[in-house]
Amino acid sequence: MNGNIASVGDSVISAGVSGNCFSRAMKATADKSLHFFVGLAFLLGLWWLAIYVVTLNPDNSAFSDFAPLAAFQALPDLWEDGTIPHALETTGGRLGAGMFLAIVIGVPIGILMGQIRWFQRLTNVPFQFLRMISPLSWEPIAVVVFSGWDEAIVFLIAIAAIWPIAFATAAGLAKVDPAWFKVARNLGAKPWQMVTRIIVPAIMFDILTGIRLSLGVAWIVVIPAEFLGVTSGFGYAIQDAREGLEYSNLMGMILMIGVVGFVLDSICVMLIRRFSWHRG
Amino acid sequence: MAIRGTEIKIQGLTHRYTPRSPVTFNRVDLVSPPGEALAIIGRSGCGKSTLLHILAGILKPTEGKVLLDGTVVGAPSPRWVMMFQAPHLFPWMTVSQNVGVGLSFGRWSKQETEERVKEAIKLVELENWAENNVQDLSGGQQQRVALARSLVMEPELLLLDEPFSALDAFTRASLQKDVRSIAKRKGFNIVFVTHDIDEAVIMGDRAVIMAGSPGNIVHELDIDLPDPRERTDPVVQSLRSRLMSMFQEAAHYKKPESATLT
Repeated sequence: MNGNIASVGDSVISAGVSGNCFSRAMKATADKSLHFFVGLAFLLGLWWLAIYVVTLNPDNSAFSDFAPLAAFQALPDLWEDGTIPHALETTGGRLGAGMFLAIVIGVPIGILMGQIRWFQRLTNVPFQFLRMISPLSWEPIAVVVFSGWDEAIVFLIAIAAIWPIAFATAAGLAKVDPAWFKVARNLGAKPWQMVTRIIVPAIMFDILTGIRLSLGVAWIVVIPAEFLGVTSGFGYAIQDAREGLEYSNLMGMILMIGVVGFVLDSICVMLIRRFSWHRG
Repeated sequence: MAIRGTEIKIQGLTHRYTPRSPVTFNRVDLVSPPGEALAIIGRSGCGKSTLLHILAGILKPTEGKVLLDGTVVGAPSPRWVMMFQAPHLFPWMTVSQNVGVGLSFGRWSKQETEERVKEAIKLVELENWAENNVQDLSGGQQQRVALARSLVMEPELLLLDEPFSALDAFTRASLQKDVRSIAKRKGFNIVFVTHDIDEAVIMGDRAVIMAGSPGNIVHELDIDLPDPRERTDPVVQSLRSRLMSMFQEAAHYKKPESATLT
């Protein structure tokens, strides 16, 4: 009898504990969603208010096309006439190629900087110098050096994105426990295995953080880079809408640039969470 | 998992870190037969950890050589594996992945790797934790994973550098017995460095005491006791007292005039 009571009591306690955890998790999710939507609503409100204030003056009535509602109304047409899908494809292609180059070059450079002291000392000043040059200032040179505008834009993205990746990789390596290398060597790791099995997983968090920073920089660079020369991409679409006085389309494309940038950043955050082994 | 021991021959081993730094130890000679558990004890700075690192091929001697069954030790090898004071596990891996990491560096088939990893994890009694991340484990369990990671390589010689010094007394006592028992069952040699006289008596077949600066072996004691060994056993306590006397005597050891590197 007593045993039955105890078991009933236990299950009640157990259900209570898990119920509490569940409700706490639900509350945290609800809080996060609330903050997300309130922040978004605040931004939209600010946007609407700015246009409202500007258009109070009848001379500025043309600015009403910049308002949030007009921009949102333009989006279905921009999608259906292929402007947005085409811009996604071309700008995405350039961004992907530039980021690929930045990762392929930046990660090994960062590993060398983190592993070999003389290389770090040798390259620190030149790399810091190059890092501080505005990526878009390379544009005239890139146009002369590369045969096409596409290649020039990919170069601009790569030159902008390489430094955050390289420096984050080097900084990550500086924090790695040197005993891991000793253990791996003791267990027979060859140099390339040391890189692929120990170094890269150990600093994956830092590499991905560098990629996230680089992606932000690259996304900022690719749009103005597309203002000149090319006839595709988000930058070109904005320029084209401006020249055609299609301000709702222009704001629709700006909205899309923000959305795509936000999605790319969220993917990076997800990858960082997925590959981070740090606890606490 | 078939492991066999090895004959260790240390011949005229001398070490200094740089040409200008003092000699760590000078002309050390030692022989250890296959399957022996050898304790190296001594005060800090007498070179015992350096000696262990040379045995592992991690450091190179300035003079002399180490032979394992006639093979000169010049670099790390899966045949002679070292276990460190801290487990130094790879925190992005599970227990199984940590244990199998050494095999993944070699040319082992997936099936063979899985079998050996499973057996090594069973040896250290962590079957229920095999797929957990190593960060979920306690300090003692992590040191067991480090032990399994060494054992899975089926080394002829396992080198231990104060491997249990950071653990609590209960876990330490349990691991000391486990390591000795596994070594005896499998037949491989162990050479371990310790500051703990009890550990030397519980785990070793023989203890050598290093002292002096530069260091050298000044005493040795056979620990001819049956297993399992209990700390409360009067014979264990008697050997412990003898070893302690030798240790204290060694503390006053002065190097001979000739014991300098030429």
